[in-house]
Amino acid sequence: MIGRALVHVPPTAKRGEVIEIKAMVAHVMETGYRIGVTGKPIPRDIITQFVCTYNGEVVFRAEFFPAVAANPFLSFFTVATDSGTIAFSWTDQNGTTKVQTAAITVA
Amino acid sequence: MARNNQMARNNQKDWRSRRDVLKVAGAVVGGGALARLVVQPAAATPAMMEEAIRSFVGQAAIKKGKVKLNIPPLVENGNSVPCTVSVDSAMTAADYVKAIHIFNEKNPQPYIISVALGPRAGRAEFSTRIRLADSQTVTAIAELSDGTFWSDGADVIVTLAACIEETTH
Amino acid sequence: MRTAAFIGIAAFLTTLAATLSATVAAEIPLDQRRPDTDFIGADTRAMQNDDTANPGMLAVLDGEALWQEKTGGSGKSCADCHGDAATSMKGVAARYPAFMPELSRPVDLEQRINMSRVADQKSAALPFESKDLLALTAYIANQSRGMPVAVVENAQSKPFIEAGREIFERRQGQLNIACAQCHDDNWGKQLAGNPVPQAMPTGYPIYRLEWQEVGSLQRRMRDCMTAMRAEPYAYGAPQLVDLEFFLLWRARGMKVEAPAVRP
Repeated sequence: MIGRALVHVPPTAKRGEVIEIKAMVAHVMETGYRIGVTGKPIPRDIITQFVCTYNGEVVFRAEFFPAVAANPFLSFFTVATDSGTIAFSWTDQNGTTKVQTAAITVA
Repeated sequence: MARNNQMARNNQKDWRSRRDVLKVAGAVVGGGALARLVVQPAAATPAMMEEAIRSFVGQAAIKKGKVKLNIPPLVENGNSVPCTVSVDSAMTAADYVKAIHIFNEKNPQPYIISVALGPRAGRAEFSTRIRLADSQTVTAIAELSDGTFWSDGADVIVTLAACIEETTH
Repeated sequence: MRTAAFIGIAAFLTTLAATLSATVAAEIPLDQRRPDTDFIGADTRAMQNDDTANPGMLAVLDGEALWQEKTGGSGKSCADCHGDAATSMKGVAARYPAFMPELSRPVDLEQRINMSRVADQKSAALPFESKDLLALTAYIANQSRGMPVAVVENAQSKPFIEAGREIFERRQGQLNIACAQCHDDNWGKQLAGNPVPQAMPTGYPIYRLEWQEVGSLQRRMRDCMTAMRAEPYAYGAPQLVDLEFFLLWRARGMKVEAPAVRP
């Protein structure tokens, strides 16, 4: 299950400024290699895709493998172009997606 | 060490390998609960990592430079290793970093994360937290818009927590 | 690799137990106390100090949502009685564990939350280490972040603090070792790649990298007892609460750091 998301976008920025964005989401990222009490591996359960869009245009994309740590965290950069919405979406191996958005004012 | 062996024999369990000692010791303490083992299936090898890299890069030459992979050389816990990759690039429409991939050689799988960028990134850099199953070399590969590939590697020592628990899943 | 290191730990602790003869360890002088955060790596500390990178904050946010959720026969949320937690819960976690006259013994913060859920909200108690109980505990503890630990030592509470001290100083388990021997006498030295802290639990509930999730002080102490090859007390056992009470009394005046990040 994809849990709570915590994202950080600077609320304001100057046009053309390169800003740092952080995105973290609660997820166990079960690798599929850990052995459970039954002696059998706990089934894999991971987020596989992360996409960040800025006013609808993709500005950052990541493919996660089981080696990404639990509660996956990313920090990356984007150019502050216009005011609007930065959207973050995480999709797990079953195709379930969670979206979180943040507003930015660019002057 | 002798004490652990004594516990095992007292428990009437047959032990042969170190892994079995671990299981038995866990059973003694937890009343039957299985001590948690991290199983490494035929772990990735440097050869598998090379093959995985080739699956992204094809036969192109991979040059050293431009890429900086930042991982602490000694890590407190392999479950969460901070990792930053930065690539020296102007990130203009004419000259930018298209993708960054991180690989390893001793986890069960050679892949860790693949990132796609473009000129809108402004800076070819990202940070994340990764899992490393053992002390090993980690490799970052950057693909530029001109079709060239660049790499950097880092050797990491992974230590183990002192107090672990039985699994409850 | 894990097995080798585990045996290494067992060997170290066996040697430690065999060579240390004193049963009463030397208490750390008040001015030499250091927070457990001093003993973790710089990267782990940076993770703890950045609310946008600290995974414990995900639990705090979950707790914030639960605070508003109506529950039980009362149909009330925590907020319905307590209002804004930033005001009403400020300083509360810093005073736990606390003596409850109605129970004639102390409870920790998790138990106190459940007391309200059952008696006031007419709802079910949340199981120990459940996601929801950890979230509420993290949220409430976070409201005391930066404030000094202020558990109350008085005629009623002192016997329980002393009971906790007795457990802390008593040799136990198959390795016949006492908590105090590591945490009073050998803090700062390395154990299996991590420095031994003084065990000043000011940051609970913590995000522990080893667990890959948030957990309570009781869970952490049970892990230690397992490592000492002692049978861990059950969750909610009076011995664990007494031990918590002693440890927080021992950390009195030090700053609350919840939610901390630990290896």
